[in-house]
Amino acid sequence: MIIRKRLAAGACALLAALAGGIAPANAADGPPKDSPKVELVLDVSGSMRAQDVDGGTRTRMAAAQQAFNEVIDAVPEGVRLGIRTLGADYGGDNKELGCRDSKQLYPVGRVDRTEAKAAVATLRPTGWTPIGYALRGADQDLGTDGGTRRIVLITDGEDSCGQPDPCDVARELAAKGTHLTIDTLGLAQDDKTREQLSCIAEATGGTYSTVRHTKELSGRIKQLVRRSETPVETPKPVQGTDSCSKAPEIGAGLWTDRETFSEHRWYRVKVKPGQELRTSVSIGADRAVDRDYGVLVRAVSEGGQELVRGAEAGSGRTDVISSGLRYPNGRSGDEDEKGKEPRTVCLEVSSSFSAPANVKRDPGLPVELAVDLADAPDNPSDLAAFGLGRGWVLLGVLALTGLIAGLVWGWVSRWRVSVWRAN
Amino acid sequence: MRLSLTAPKARAAAAGLLAAAALFTSAGAAAAASPSPSARAGEDGAPTEAGTGFRTATVLKQGQKATADASTGDYLYWQFPAGAGQQPQVKATVNLPEASARHGAAVWQLDVYDGLRRRQACASGEPTKRASEQDASVTLTCTLRTVRPWAEQWANDPLPGAYYVRLTLTEGPDRDHGLPVKAEVEATAKDAGGARAEGGEVAPLHAAAVAEPEDGWNGSWWSDRWAWTVGGAVLGALAAIGGYVLTRHPRRRPAGQ
Repeated sequence: MIIRKRLAAGACALLAALAGGIAPANAADGPPKDSPKVELVLDVSGSMRAQDVDGGTRTRMAAAQQAFNEVIDAVPEGVRLGIRTLGADYGGDNKELGCRDSKQLYPVGRVDRTEAKAAVATLRPTGWTPIGYALRGADQDLGTDGGTRRIVLITDGEDSCGQPDPCDVARELAAKGTHLTIDTLGLAQDDKTREQLSCIAEATGGTYSTVRHTKELSGRIKQLVRRSETPVETPKPVQGTDSCSKAPEIGAGLWTDRETFSEHRWYRVKVKPGQELRTSVSIGADRAVDRDYGVLVRAVSEGGQELVRGAEAGSGRTDVISSGLRYPNGRSGDEDEKGKEPRTVCLEVSSSFSAPANVKRDPGLPVELAVDLADAPDNPSDLAAFGLGRGWVLLGVLALTGLIAGLVWGWVSRWRVSVWRAN
Repeated sequence: MRLSLTAPKARAAAAGLLAAAALFTSAGAAAAASPSPSARAGEDGAPTEAGTGFRTATVLKQGQKATADASTGDYLYWQFPAGAGQQPQVKATVNLPEASARHGAAVWQLDVYDGLRRRQACASGEPTKRASEQDASVTLTCTLRTVRPWAEQWANDPLPGAYYVRLTLTEGPDRDHGLPVKAEVEATAKDAGGARAEGGEVAPLHAAAVAEPEDGWNGSWWSDRWAWTVGGAVLGALAAIGGYVLTRHPRRRPAGQ
């Protein structure tokens, strides 16, 4: 299904390109509107002066600048890149001012390599570390005009401002349904920084890395920028309800929702005769959760009878727990009474995630629903391939049957001959 | 019934059309023609990146050795195709960060999910392994059950289609999170043979992104069941002739008198 859609989209793009003449995406037009967007958020706080990168031969700031230059050189054509700084301007002690010190250094768009490099070269380690504030700004910089959205946060310390908590900000941005991923890179190895950066990454489905060498830093940023280029289907938002009768109807495709702990959400899917409903449900663990967890997805008829269920349980560290189910409405070519009407199937999604008391409940855990309507399976009349047999018992049975048949036939003919002779 | 022609053929045709059309336009449009997320590839065409979720899982072919640079604690995803009658096997090797940077033992795990994102049991292999502080690498394996061409809707049996591989750290010191690791994954499949040849057909699960295996989603029509059955028929026929001859034999005596 997905590929067909993509191909269709590709074909449309092609047709448009052909119709529009020989010159499609000209360099002057800039990247298309749905091209991926990446914003690098660089910490320029005072602590970036520390000289501990590359085995102590380079300051964190110098390493970051060098890495940024390499990244700017290697940005793929199709990616729109922006740079935002935090703690770059205000060096004073006023927390109020220091915690609002974040600005866009280079706007998200096609990169002019010399300009971008010149802007990076002016940076000097200065002020505070308002990570949460900077993330909100970066989210705005990226806009919502389509294309994948990614923030790469490079910092050497935890948020020195406290409010807003960067991890809460990350979760809030992720819950806005704008498909934002935040990857974090830590230049310092202390526990608090690591915890905070891991938390930010976890909340948005991003990754966290620690960096000790310039090469690692530039390599990782390049990898993340490239990753934003990967074509990926973005799910459509939907809001499930607490009962089947009021549930929203969804068709084939990828859907996303949020579900808090111990909440149940219902959706409805119409399955035509000869179709098979296929649903996968993934619930993400985007915050600290208790050790044991599970997911249950049930297909229920409108009358409330369970048709089929998918369940999965797990324990330990995880990013997601998922399960799926299949439910065919009759068989292809089936003339059954039942299979003639499109059937409404209700899907109930629940999870058994729980969390320690200090963990925020809102927004709920991210739910991803993949719904597909495929051709119903061909129910085999015999489980064996073409009904063929196999093995020594089969051979024995066939040989014995043949032998008996031969003997009987022989005796019968002998008896007939003797009867004929007697007459 | 066993030849699922329509969908893959149509896809191939559409892809061909796109490729042909792309030749006549410039590079701008060509980007749209690459449908699979297996963006970057090494020298032999094997992917050098891993996905970070089901949706972004990197596409592998059977027998390809994919590599990826990642950080400890990342969840790495790949997907590969498997058809009926195959017994898929996944092997992953993680090259751990240098021992001096690590703070203790770590447990790595390989999980395989089917196209419906249902976790599939490893029938054999070592999908979970503890790497001690000194180990330089850890190797994980998982052999699935035989893929069936058809299963009842209530069953969790492996069916033809895409399979997801997830590789991650499940236990380890928090302080080691974020350290760089290198992962290597290879998915292969063994033919389960005629003993597992079955009938029926389902549309492959989530197969849009992956390429159809050599023998098709439903396996080849040939299995040694044909040889057994035909052999049995021949044997039966011979036995019948033998039996007949046995009963005819006494008739010769009166002829010789």
